[in-house]
Amino acid sequence: MNHPVLPYRIFPLGDSAITVDFGNCISEVINDEVIARFYQIQNNPLPGIIEVVPAYSSITVYYDVLRIKKKTPAEETAYDCVKQQLENLLRLSTEQRNNEKRLMKIPVCYDSEFATDIKQMAAVKKLSPDEIINIHTSKAYRVYMLGFLPGFTYMGEVDERITMPRKPQPVIITAGSVGIAGRQTGIYPLASPGGWQIIGRTPLRLTSLNPSEGGTSDDPENLTLLKAGDTVQFYSISRDEFENY
Amino acid sequence: MSLKIIKAGIQDTVQDMGRYGYQSLGINPGGAMDRFSAQVANLLAGNKSDKAVIELYFPASVFLFKQPALIAISGADFSPSINGEKIPSNHPILVNKNSILQFHKTVKGARAYLAIYGGVEVPQWLNSSSTNLKAGIGGFSGRALQKEDEIKFNVSDRIADKIKEKEFYVLPWQADDNWGDTTGEVYVLPGTEWERLTSSSKENFVMTSYVITNQSDRMGYRLNNIPLNCMTNEEVISSAVSFGTIQLLPDGRLIIMMADHQTAGGYPRIAHVISAHHKKLAQMKAGDKIHFRITDHQNAEDLMIKQQQHLQQLQNACTFRLQEFFNR
Repeated sequence: MNHPVLPYRIFPLGDSAITVDFGNCISEVINDEVIARFYQIQNNPLPGIIEVVPAYSSITVYYDVLRIKKKTPAEETAYDCVKQQLENLLRLSTEQRNNEKRLMKIPVCYDSEFATDIKQMAAVKKLSPDEIINIHTSKAYRVYMLGFLPGFTYMGEVDERITMPRKPQPVIITAGSVGIAGRQTGIYPLASPGGWQIIGRTPLRLTSLNPSEGGTSDDPENLTLLKAGDTVQFYSISRDEFENY
Repeated sequence: MSLKIIKAGIQDTVQDMGRYGYQSLGINPGGAMDRFSAQVANLLAGNKSDKAVIELYFPASVFLFKQPALIAISGADFSPSINGEKIPSNHPILVNKNSILQFHKTVKGARAYLAIYGGVEVPQWLNSSSTNLKAGIGGFSGRALQKEDEIKFNVSDRIADKIKEKEFYVLPWQADDNWGDTTGEVYVLPGTEWERLTSSSKENFVMTSYVITNQSDRMGYRLNNIPLNCMTNEEVISSAVSFGTIQLLPDGRLIIMMADHQTAGGYPRIAHVISAHHKKLAQMKAGDKIHFRITDHQNAEDLMIKQQQHLQQLQNACTFRLQEFFNR
């Protein structure tokens, strides 16, 4: 089963990486293409490719200029060489992945002690905290990409009624915090400065990075709980359930 | 067997050439800020160029060698001494046990690299020894070095045999760590959103020197440029950014992504500092002036290749001279 190749722009990201952008927008169709292309390139690595980084609507390929230049004529740049090879690859359709899209259920405690920004948000949005919680848990979200921190998920899109801009200045955010920024929602896997509006906290561990904590081999499959392309359904738990989780 | 920290520096960490292959999970590559100098230090110390080294900031840690070692220091000149006697950068140096290495002042540069023959031994995390400070993993216990830490390294009997009773011994050959041009001119390739800049902002970008502010660290350098303007406010959806990517923040100021940059960013990508000038950039500090100059891919790649050739020649020379020295 083939599907048509989406139009794209291809451009350099400095002298050692190249980006293929399928539309500079947030769209499930485009993100499906991004994820399919990510696996396509990962599974058919071109010589000299260091790694592939998928985002909302783009993939970026990092390459080793020195390795590629050893095999290209002097007048051709490594960039031209990688671009050519990527364009060839993009002409091939991706295998229709049997997208067994995983549905991941994530418990969230929306207790006011954790939901540091929910009151302020309720005031701005003219909703009660309970209404915000109901709206946030009323639909499933797609994980579009991971970035910012190890295992940080960019998910969307939240209902118009609970969109909130980022804070002007980042504050320290506790690990497990669930936040909203614009139409995105996400979970902070680690304590970090951040600007998202925090409305709850999950007791789940989103990463198992540290070898001494029983985490990881070097198998990327086991490093993060959530992956790009997953579907996430939040559900509300009580403070007691959180503490005993 | 070890190097002991008897006084902690402000942010000395174990780093190597970075951790690649995990950015899709949000795990950034990190690694040495000035990879060129880290490689020079390694080669002088008789290592492969990509071994783990200690990246030093001033004020730097004070180290006690509990065993004899062969070391080299490259990058910034922090006026190093052993047991109070000044030692040169960019030379291999034999250091006897119970010697103290310390750094006195910033003469030039921002980051120095201490390489030890055999490499510093830390557990690898995801194929790299680099310290990821944000995740608190990798390198030495996932953090900057602290007082009383003891870093293991491989001891070679050959070093003890050579140094005998001396406190330290500076080997006579040296590397040129100032390789390439050392002006404040930093070459960039235009970024995807370069064309969004108004013509006067473009002109300002290439005509004016910008000062690096003190909001600058391993993640990024903020510049105090006069605010630049775009012709469109079209949103940039988060997408990969790289070491050297220059983003335009909403207030019109610029930030250059450095070694600990996030994997993705959502601000206009105005330009990218070429890889061959990362060294120069990494040795700049708050208050230094930076002058961008636009170049092309051909030149960026040529400069990268020349830099690599320089390292290759250094490696050949160091290997030869060290062998000769140990066999004498």
